[in-house]
Amino acid sequence: MTGRVFIAAVLAALLAPALADEIPRAQRRSGYDAMSPQTRAMQDNESENPATLWVLDGEASWRKPEGEANKSCADCHGDASSMKGVAARYPRFDAARGKPVDIEQQINICRVERQKATPFAYESHELLAMTAFVARQSRGMPILPDKAAGAAKTVAEGQRLFTQRRGQLDLSCAQCHDDNWGRSLGGASIPQGQPNGYPLYRLEWQSVGSMRRRLRNCLSGMRAELWPVDAPEYVALEMYLMARAEGLRMESPAVRP
Amino acid sequence: MARAALIVALVAGVACAAHADELNVFVVENDGIPASLTGASGDATRGRAIVVDRQTGLCLLCHAGPFPESRFQGNLAPDLAGAGARWSEAQLRLRMVDARRLNPDTIMPAYYRVDGLSNVARAYIGKPILNAAQIEDVVAFLATLKDTKAR
Ligand code: HEC
Ligand code: HEC
Repeated sequence: MTGRVFIAAVLAALLAPALADEIPRAQRRSGYDAMSPQTRAMQDNESENPATLWVLDGEASWRKPEGEANKSCADCHGDASSMKGVAARYPRFDAARGKPVDIEQQINICRVERQKATPFAYESHELLAMTAFVARQSRGMPILPDKAAGAAKTVAEGQRLFTQRRGQLDLSCAQCHDDNWGRSLGGASIPQGQPNGYPLYRLEWQSVGSMRRRLRNCLSGMRAELWPVDAPEYVALEMYLMARAEGLRMESPAVRP
Repeated sequence: MARAALIVALVAGVACAAHADELNVFVVENDGIPASLTGASGDATRGRAIVVDRQTGLCLLCHAGPFPESRFQGNLAPDLAGAGARWSEAQLRLRMVDARRLNPDTIMPAYYRVDGLSNVARAYIGKPILNAAQIEDVVAFLATLKDTKAR
């Protein structure tokens, strides 16, 4: 290394933001691992998993013609097996739109453009049910993050958001989920914050909820300003979380305490 | 890192922080704030109540301590038992006001600071986590924790 290159390298190292260390691949754990045997059984056994009700509603609307086009999802996509692996790859970069799109947005794009129907509202029963039904088809499959050229920028933006301190408590996502996972925050065990179970049934919510809802909960806990529900920040965080979770098995719809 | 921050604080000698109107002016000396933020001493009983309250103090999210009535305590931070033996009131006061001056990477929130934060929820903008009187109550309580036996 020449002197100048060395100095440049030292400077770069000094100027690089002090990012928390990411979790090594071999230590990646689903939130499932820290759950009680009862909660695990609830997730594993479809007849006990409360999210099954949402999946069944999603299945019914998959076959129901909707909108001015009077078409069902099944009219374009065939049966549910066509959705195998889809949720494990989302969010993905949509080259035509020039931006990343998550599963919920994709469902609404199909509703508006193909079915000529009104989009489902975020966190509505209809959208959660359809998302749960689609994600259910990827259960057990490994997460395959989008590696398309356009995706990298959003992943980097998500990582920036993940490691930035925010809110009155001045915490970053990484300080809890990279640096302190496995420890106890009050009574709650801090998970790694893996996205592999969404949408999922949370006992505390008494309902199925989306990844957005989870992110908004954590942001509120940090006393941080919430982005509007349709903000690109959620998709960026989701996309980073999926890249960070590469290879982890999908569990949707999972159960969490 | 902690040492570097300490040296900066020492070199600066006296650091004043009071950007928002609500914050009282305070003076950092060495690694402590010797004078009460309010000019009066705090009330340890009220301080204890703040420490165990999950919405006000939030302390037990991260810390454990001698609080038998509190079932859920955290383990992200040192046990508070013995804090009053390890630190003087001045040192405890600075640790409450702004622990980041001692360790910029700490996860302990600055309880009496309103600047240098980003994306604060609207309801909390310009407000410290605890006000000056609450800080003094907590400091008075922590100073009573002389017994170092963890739970
Ligand atoms: C102070 C600690 C803390 C911070 C900061 C925090 N979280 Fe969390 N997070 C938790 C805890 C604890 C849970 C488990 C659920 C619960 O008990 O509320 C959780 C759950 C999650 C989950 C669900 C994991 C699963 O297995 O289902 C995700 C995803 C997540 N957080 C992402 C984030 C992101 C992104 C941020 C920043 C915007 C963030 N968290 C900030 C503590 C934190
Ligand atoms: C989000 C986590 C968190 C919260 C909330 C928190 N602390 Fe801390 N605290 C820490 C950590 C971590 C340390 C260790 C010092 C460091 O990181 O530099 C610490 C250090 C301390 C110390 C010095 C510890 C010792 O004895 O060596 C005291 C005293 C203290 N905290 C009191 C409190 C009180 C009182 C509250 C609530 C009003 C509180 N903390 C809230 C994380 C937290």
